[in-house]
Amino acid sequence: MNLPGIEYLSLGLGIVLFLAGLWGIIHQKNIIKIIISFSVLDTSIHLILVSIGYMRNRTAPIIDSAVSKTDAASQVVDPLPQALVLTAIVIGVGITALMLTYALKLFNEKGTLEIDKFKSLKW
Amino acid sequence: MIRNSFLVLITAGMAWILLDAVSGYQSREYLNDLSGYYATSGPEETGAANLVTAVVVTYRGLDTLGEVTILFLTATIIGFMLRTSKRREGSVRRATSEVLVTASNVLIPVIFLIGVYIFLNGHLTPGGGFQGGAVLASAMILWIMSQSGTKVSHSLLEITEAISGFGFVFLGLLGIILAGGFLDNTFLSLGTFGKLISAGAIPVIYSLIGLKVGAELSNIILVMNETQEAEQ
Repeated sequence: MNLPGIEYLSLGLGIVLFLAGLWGIIHQKNIIKIIISFSVLDTSIHLILVSIGYMRNRTAPIIDSAVSKTDAASQVVDPLPQALVLTAIVIGVGITALMLTYALKLFNEKGTLEIDKFKSLKW
Repeated sequence: MIRNSFLVLITAGMAWILLDAVSGYQSREYLNDLSGYYATSGPEETGAANLVTAVVVTYRGLDTLGEVTILFLTATIIGFMLRTSKRREGSVRRATSEVLVTASNVLIPVIFLIGVYIFLNGHLTPGGGFQGGAVLASAMILWIMSQSGTKVSHSLLEITEAISGFGFVFLGLLGIILAGGFLDNTFLSLGTFGKLISAGAIPVIYSLIGLKVGAELSNIILVMNETQEAEQ
């Protein structure tokens, strides 16, 4: 694999998605849309982390016929960000499911998902 | 209007911070010390061909235990919050289409098999417990969708989850007693490098994680589905 600049593509896409998600979280009024924005922001962080671990002209961190066991350190990309992203994806799934459950409870309580209608915690 | 310009200001500020952070970004030429250690000694010490698995299950196994705990907490909270709603009797459900039922009867065993394959081979190929568990849960979604009338046993899922969670911690503790430390996988024989039965306890631990994650995600989906049925 020799694709010049793919790490810049992934990094740039990550930043764009991060800003889109942030904008959605602070600008949208509907709770479901806020949760979707949160998921977009979550994904953007995964993209940024993976592109930080990317290295040119290297292959996946799996020892097989393409990577020798003794010289792995000079042939594979960084395995650590990939492991962290694996953790982050699972946590993201859990958090999203939890937020959707809260949204369902809020809807049952008030009959609406517009965030402006929830004033109990405003002072 | 003032509010909108304030929001634009926040987003622009965040964009500036991010761009400033990555402006000097260069693809690195060599691994840093920690990753280099994982890449050089990982195959020798853990016997796992997939270095990401070696990091996730062994070197940072405690993180993975925390991660599984968070998923367990999420499933518990969702079950606690949603299951209080009573199921209304006599709610009429539209019959499931025959295409879906027939197709899912063919597909569900295959999807299950793929899920098990993914977590059994977690130490050799891309994939592992979390991915395999998610695939198992997707088979569960298909099953819930196609068999609309039948009830799924919560206790079966909970027992699976409890046994696999207990097994995970138990294997970790065996690592303390028989090998170097918590979640050390070398108390089982490392076997031939690159074969299915190798890498000590890693395949066992990852299979338990896969079962646990599959049971937890299935439970979340099941509870959400039952709440939806109760509200119709």
